[in-house]
Amino acid sequence: MQLATESKLFCGCSTEFGAAPNTQICPVCLGMPGALPVMNRKAFELSLRTAAAINCQLARFTKWDRKQYYYPDLPKGYQISQFDLPFSHDGWLEISDPKGKFEPKRVGIIRAHLEEDAGKSMHDERAGVADSQIDLNRTGTPLLEIVSQPDMRSPAEAKAFLSELKLLLTYLGVSDCNMQEGSLRVDGNINLHIDTPDGKVATPIVEIKNMNSFRAVERALAYEAERLYEVWQETGQKLGDVPKQTRGWDDAANVTRGQRHKEESSDYRYFPDPDLAPVTVTDAQVEQVLASLGELPATLRTRLETEFGLSPYDSDVLVNQGRALVDYFLHVASATGDGKLASNWLQQDVLRMLNERNWDIAAFPVTAPALVVLLKKVQAGELITSRAREVLQAMIDTGRSADEVMREKGIEQVDESELVALCQELVAANPKVAEDFKAGKMQAIGSLVGQAKKKNPNVNPGRVRELLIEALGKL
Amino acid sequence: MSLTELSAAELLQQLRSGEVSATDAAQACLARIDQVNERVNAMIRVDHAKVLADAGKVDEKRAAGKSIGALAGLPVVVKDLLCTQGEPTTCGSRMLRNFSPPYDATAVAKLRAADGVILGKANLDEFAMGGSTESSIFGPTRNPWDTTRVAGGSSGGSAAAIAASLAPLAIGTDTGGSIRQPAGLCGITGLKPTYGRISRYGLIAFASSLDQIGPMAHSAEDCALLLEVLAGHDPRDATSVDRPVPKYRELLNTSLKGLKLGVVKEHFGEGLNEEVAAAVEQAIDAYRSLGAEIRDVALPHGKYGVATYYVIAPSEASSNLARYDGVHYGYRADEGQLLAELDAERKQLLAAGNKRAAEHLDTALVRMYRKSRSEGFGPEVKRRIMLGTYALSAGYYDAYYVKALKVRRLIRQDFDRAFEQVDLIVGPVTPSTAFKIGEKTNDPLAMYREDLYTVTANLAGIAGIAFPCGQSKSGLPIGVQLQSPPFQEETLLRAAHQFQQATDWHQRRPKL
Repeated sequence: MQLATESKLFCGCSTEFGAAPNTQICPVCLGMPGALPVMNRKAFELSLRTAAAINCQLARFTKWDRKQYYYPDLPKGYQISQFDLPFSHDGWLEISDPKGKFEPKRVGIIRAHLEEDAGKSMHDERAGVADSQIDLNRTGTPLLEIVSQPDMRSPAEAKAFLSELKLLLTYLGVSDCNMQEGSLRVDGNINLHIDTPDGKVATPIVEIKNMNSFRAVERALAYEAERLYEVWQETGQKLGDVPKQTRGWDDAANVTRGQRHKEESSDYRYFPDPDLAPVTVTDAQVEQVLASLGELPATLRTRLETEFGLSPYDSDVLVNQGRALVDYFLHVASATGDGKLASNWLQQDVLRMLNERNWDIAAFPVTAPALVVLLKKVQAGELITSRAREVLQAMIDTGRSADEVMREKGIEQVDESELVALCQELVAANPKVAEDFKAGKMQAIGSLVGQAKKKNPNVNPGRVRELLIEALGKL
Repeated sequence: MSLTELSAAELLQQLRSGEVSATDAAQACLARIDQVNERVNAMIRVDHAKVLADAGKVDEKRAAGKSIGALAGLPVVVKDLLCTQGEPTTCGSRMLRNFSPPYDATAVAKLRAADGVILGKANLDEFAMGGSTESSIFGPTRNPWDTTRVAGGSSGGSAAAIAASLAPLAIGTDTGGSIRQPAGLCGITGLKPTYGRISRYGLIAFASSLDQIGPMAHSAEDCALLLEVLAGHDPRDATSVDRPVPKYRELLNTSLKGLKLGVVKEHFGEGLNEEVAAAVEQAIDAYRSLGAEIRDVALPHGKYGVATYYVIAPSEASSNLARYDGVHYGYRADEGQLLAELDAERKQLLAAGNKRAAEHLDTALVRMYRKSRSEGFGPEVKRRIMLGTYALSAGYYDAYYVKALKVRRLIRQDFDRAFEQVDLIVGPVTPSTAFKIGEKTNDPLAMYREDLYTVTANLAGIAGIAFPCGQSKSGLPIGVQLQSPPFQEETLLRAAHQFQQATDWHQRRPKL
């Protein structure tokens, strides 16, 4: 995961995405002779926040190591990373599925460490071209590598883990998590544990790369599970019989494909980077980090459920929309004193609109207080829901307040005596309906309610029905 | 008397008084270089026009009444391991023969800011790996006292430049003795400061945890002048230390009365040439008469210094030199030729029916790496890359690298304990005087033993100074070494200066 810092991990170059190739570089990230790295404090702080949020232990002493290999987009011939003493370890993230596809569980986190990114190689492999170009803008960008325990038992759990992690990172504001721009990259490891008459058998582990969306992760894992089973049936290969294989996901063809693997396993010759001092973290720093985390998704969901009586499903939908929408909800729910009402309006009207227009909640023209004014009228029985919806739509379209819209549309509360008169008039004018009603056909009232709405669109159909029954009963 | 025979302090006085202009000083040095460099090969690059232009700028500044920096136009020679912006910085290697960095090393920038005039780049062992300045692609530097002998290394060019009076000041670097050993063999004064005292930014790394830049000159006083300019914290070097820089020159004249000097018995044991031993003992006597107390101290792990050093330094070097791969800068093997070569090899294998071997031939990229590095590096650099790669490999890492780190800590502890009892440690710089060119080329272990008395200071991160204390019967200089606890450069410089006030070894010049 790429950390949202302004500058790179060991130099002052910009990390902005999309600049012309090789324009965000300096002697340090180019790995020129004599250039030296200096750690970006901000990147380290963001990393601490992230690791704390996934319940990791924060090491009081951590160091930088060189991971050595040759590749043209790795100008120093090594990547500065963390090997045996990562800055954080042993955490967990809770996942659940509101539709109950799997039981809620904690997925363990083995470690999270910080490292610098490599550059980007672009290969033009058209016949007769064989041209490779290298863009080093990305070289030295801070990456946080998070390694989970093998605790997920299905592609759905893997997807839920990633979604929850991404949501958490978004809440923390530590990464933009843009998979298209490579800010979030995922490698998946999978094998099967098969029940046989001789006990459980584990298949060899496969690592899947090149998955560009969470949907792709789910599909790739599902495909690979099937494939592993078939391979096991054919070959009977168990864990340890063959080296770990790396396969790439082909999203268009919907299959994983074996990647050419090296004959010998790579030896990265890790050793402590002598150019960088080890980093020490004090207890006070850790406390500060923990205090700065704010309310995270899991806590927020619980609060919505206990304080506002929302169902797990509803709290999940709202929290998953991000902190800004949750804040919007909290305002509406508190001011109206009705969490469910607020949740319904947010999900059915606000969210629908946001999706339709591809808006952010920040761009939504109706502020939370403005929505509260409208909902209070509904609560007071001054407006029926369907009319209120019309009003909201107009508020969105014109940016005006509920009162202004209602005035323009001539929406006003109808006086009770006016309503009584209207109902008596309708009963008198429709003797057939009265007969049917007497004969026990309650549905006959429906046509009178319809006529009442036609005569005056502002009437409350519920109240009209009550008054009609009263008038008909007196006949 | 020619200007080149003056010490830096003397020349500085004349520059400050206006008796001599920076251009005069530069011209004198350039003339001397033209006259004798051919015989010593200390300088590998001198751009006369640029030197005179730089000196002219200092003179203009003075003429305009602007304030002048601490070096006031003094000519300085820079080891070709430090980056100089827009000018070739070669490390004495074919790999970087055509490399010009787009930036100055911090030490070079400080020289310029202090109005030092950079005379040119000095010869060195390739990538500073060696003790004789013989492995440079520019040929060996010759000892000005006897041009059939080595100047020592790796800062042999800088040491010979001072000894041959090409310049009053030089910058060297010391990873295992590379300032002190050539200083000893050339009869000049060279200081290896504490690790972190001078920024390494722009110093092309050999072994990052050991490399340190330092001043070289005729006298301790001159080294003090240059150290004041170079020392200090640099935000671009995370290993540079943020502590104030003393005014070293002002601290030189305090008496040595009561100074406790430690002597390590093992340093006078087997392997030490008798003439060297005698000269160093005479120096110790001189200290005694200057009021110093002499005490025995023990450095029990010192005997593992060379072995430890030759695990750690090559390990770091193997990593630091990985960047020279022919991709982004530096030497790249001829592409057309390597592709043709690969093609021919493939055809040959296929013709012989060896399809499997043909399939496993290098890719063009791998062959480019292989050939560029094979052709770009010399044998000693390759030897150390291989040593280091081996020591860091899976399965050997704990037995070599980790163990070496443990011994390194013990060596540091030895010094810590010794310095609880004494202020400085005194002893030889090298086991013998300058050896013949070519004498140890085919015996790397004999060459590595040259570092016996110097490597431990680098491993411990402490400071050391070497300066002349005698001559062999054949007229070769003999050096003595003082070592101090971290950040006690002022004590080292003071002790060396006091010795030089009482003796004249540092004033002797070779006849060239």
